[in-house]
Amino acid sequence: MSDMPLLKVRSLSKFYGNRIGCHDVGFDLWPGEVLAIVGESGSGKTTLLNCLSTRLMPSTGDVQYRMRDGDYRDLYRMSEAERRVLMRTDWGFVHQNPADGLRMTVSAGANVGERLMAVGNRHYGRIRATASEWLSRVEIETDRIDDQPRAFSGGMRQRLQIARNLVTSPRLVFMDEPTGGLDVSVQARLLDLVRGLVSDLGLSAIVVTHDLAVARLLSHRMMVMKGGHVIEHGLTDRVLDDPREPYTQLLVSSILQV
Amino acid sequence: MYVAVKGGEKAIANAHRLLADRRRGDRSLPGLTIAQLIGQLGLAVDRVMAEASLYDQSLAALALKQARGDMIEAIFLLRAYRTTLPRFGASVPLETGRMQVERRVSATYKDLPGGQLLGPTFDYTHRLLDPDLLNETAEVEEPARRDGEAEAVMRVSDILDREGLIEPDGEMPEDHVPGDLTREPMEFPMPRDLRLQALARGDEGFLLALGYSTQRGYGRTHPFVGEIRMGLVEVEFEVPELGLTLSLGEIRITECQMVNQFKGSAKAPPQFTRGYGLVFGQSERKAMSMSLVDRALRTGEFGEDVVAPAQDEEFVISHCDNVQATGFVEHLKLPHYVDFQAELDLVRRMRARHKPAEETTEHEEAAE
Amino acid sequence: MSAPHTEPVTAPESAGEAELAAYNFAYLDEQTKRMIRRAILKAIAIPGYQVPFASREMPMPYGWGTGGVQVTAAIIGPEDVLKVIDQGADDTTNAVSIRAFFQKVAAVRATTHTADATIIQTRHRIPEHTLKEGQVLVYQVPIPEPLRFLEPRETETRKMHALEEYGLMHVKLYEDIARHGRIATTYAYPVKVHGRYVMDPSPTPKFDNPKMHRSEALQLFGAGREKRIYAVPPHTDVVSLDFEDHPFEVQQFDRPCALCGATHVYLDEVVLDDRGGRMFVCSDTDYCETRQAEGHVGEMLATSEREAAE
Repeated sequence: MSDMPLLKVRSLSKFYGNRIGCHDVGFDLWPGEVLAIVGESGSGKTTLLNCLSTRLMPSTGDVQYRMRDGDYRDLYRMSEAERRVLMRTDWGFVHQNPADGLRMTVSAGANVGERLMAVGNRHYGRIRATASEWLSRVEIETDRIDDQPRAFSGGMRQRLQIARNLVTSPRLVFMDEPTGGLDVSVQARLLDLVRGLVSDLGLSAIVVTHDLAVARLLSHRMMVMKGGHVIEHGLTDRVLDDPREPYTQLLVSSILQV
Repeated sequence: MYVAVKGGEKAIANAHRLLADRRRGDRSLPGLTIAQLIGQLGLAVDRVMAEASLYDQSLAALALKQARGDMIEAIFLLRAYRTTLPRFGASVPLETGRMQVERRVSATYKDLPGGQLLGPTFDYTHRLLDPDLLNETAEVEEPARRDGEAEAVMRVSDILDREGLIEPDGEMPEDHVPGDLTREPMEFPMPRDLRLQALARGDEGFLLALGYSTQRGYGRTHPFVGEIRMGLVEVEFEVPELGLTLSLGEIRITECQMVNQFKGSAKAPPQFTRGYGLVFGQSERKAMSMSLVDRALRTGEFGEDVVAPAQDEEFVISHCDNVQATGFVEHLKLPHYVDFQAELDLVRRMRARHKPAEETTEHEEAAE
Repeated sequence: MSAPHTEPVTAPESAGEAELAAYNFAYLDEQTKRMIRRAILKAIAIPGYQVPFASREMPMPYGWGTGGVQVTAAIIGPEDVLKVIDQGADDTTNAVSIRAFFQKVAAVRATTHTADATIIQTRHRIPEHTLKEGQVLVYQVPIPEPLRFLEPRETETRKMHALEEYGLMHVKLYEDIARHGRIATTYAYPVKVHGRYVMDPSPTPKFDNPKMHRSEALQLFGAGREKRIYAVPPHTDVVSLDFEDHPFEVQQFDRPCALCGATHVYLDEVVLDDRGGRMFVCSDTDYCETRQAEGHVGEMLATSEREAAE
């Protein structure tokens, strides 16, 4: 593991008029590390995720990202062109609703292959082979390669979205409630899969969830948000087993201990 | 022996001769005069002027006659003429507050200074066919007249504006030069002046349907007709070289000010919002539809989500022009032999390959 | 059949007859022509880039060649010799109509002979006769945006071009192969120009794509309704998109032209009767007639000559 953070976030705030989206957030994310951002809806966790992933411009603050060449770049000072390249190569974004992250009318193979083609792969056979390999990695039968995601179950769609994001070997993946709309049994399988992939690939990830069980299973570290502020931040086990803030204690006690 | 089809030129000439014949119709009947069209089919003339963006009753009537009553064809004819005219500049903004009002109704106030004036409207007529018109037997009465009021009829939006109850009229920056859709390429997003231009010459039917859709819930705006007014306004042109403003004459227009759903925030107290429609001639339906669509297209200004077709600027503006639409739809009847040949060849080849595959296994993958 | 290749000049209608308007040479006023020529120059400077221009209302409907007509009107001079084709043929009605328009408003010489023309306005074909330096090919374009059917929004497609985000284009080709075993795009086949912009070559059959590559002629594209002009300057690379293992291929016809015996040309299918009888003839009528005049004889002509001899 490198001794330099992948992402350095400093005093990040986002205001909507007078309303706080998130306020004065700062942290480092290390290569191979999974950070969970937890909180109730309206706590600012999604605003923070959108700012970090440059889908939203923050009001103040900066985020430095360590590029593959080792140099840090300020995300908000990059041109849109550079950001878009980053987003389709070095990053992934897994949406809660797979329909937002997939092309629903294009085959599973093309969904996975799109990023490869976007970065210049021009060999149909190899693109297809890679897509097929990734489908099996996310436990989708390879004979479904020419089916459209419309014909897939919710869990399959979510796994397909993950494959589509990981095919270019990104270093950083953002996930917004990745198990959101899924049944409990399907959730467990998906979490298992994500945990395996993250550790196999040495991915860094930032996962937004309201579900502490997801945070426990996936993340090394977690941040608890309330009213746009980070109120507690620490190793996941520590925060869940020994919450310091009353609000965190309330959150932890309100879920069934597994 | 096979001989390729020739003689396009002759076919075209003959077709046009036949068209001229059909246009003229029965030679024993007198031909329509331009004056008759202007006098008796005035609303058709108005629509042609409005959607061709050229205020000239005689030319619009001529276009209508030449087009055998086909409105879009007539609009097209007049536009193709308009495009050849030199452009001198933009007029001084019309002062509709000083309109010589022929009709003026408000749905927001029962009574108001200047009063409600029904004017020449189909409203409240019973839609019963009138046999008297078959032979023009009955004498048509002279309309009741009274002297016009010297004073300008105040606008309903000004009443609301005085109290700050409605957002101000859209203001453009001081140095803003009004755009001209017919002289500059269109780009999105579009400033409101250009958008209103596009809507003013947009297809009445298309705007009507879009306006209707907002009422049915596809992008609701809670509209009230603040005011509709129709009448004559003076068109003035400033000549900077001479340092004076010339009057170019009067034109008849219909204006609709729609008062819509109010908006407010912590900082700004609530205010009604506006939708605006202005059309050459008398066309309330068009002016009202336009004001509904204008308001719907201002969705972004008010931070509302674009969820319905009428709110989607690219969709509305790219498809509201009936001359463009009819040209492209009708171009499908032009020959496409070459492309069709290419498709034909491909489908034949794929079918040929498909046959043996079908015979062996039903589920064989298409790809190798 | 033996019509002269260069038709006599038709004088424009006398100005006195046109009471409403006296039209300028080539219909458009000089200011408009300059505006269009500026757009053309910009298009030539950035090969394959779609330059927005203030398309005028033309006296023919949108979708019927208004873009091509405006480009031609902006560049044509009294010395030019004009050829107009539609589907490869000089005598299809719309080609006849556009040629007549220019003869009326510009009094230029018209020809059907590709080699004699200085400006060739076309819809859906590139002539078989290789174009030379000094010639201009003007394409009529219905939808200039190659990404349009993948992404309907102009605001988004312009961004995709600006950032060279063309992955989606290959997604479409990928889907073709996955579904049909081959790239099933037969016309308006997307090309990359000068290694930068992906461009729609207008709905020409892909058979014609290779003719665009490093052509000596200047190629101009006009889309009137969509208000765009784009260009391929002479000697510019024009590469059809494909995959390494599914390379771009043009249509092959397994028989020669029935009239002139030409091979490696694009053929039109002509249905002869209702019993499945058909023949294939050159879509480029000038090319076919020139070959016949040179004594080339296709199968159908040979048969009829034999019949006549018997």
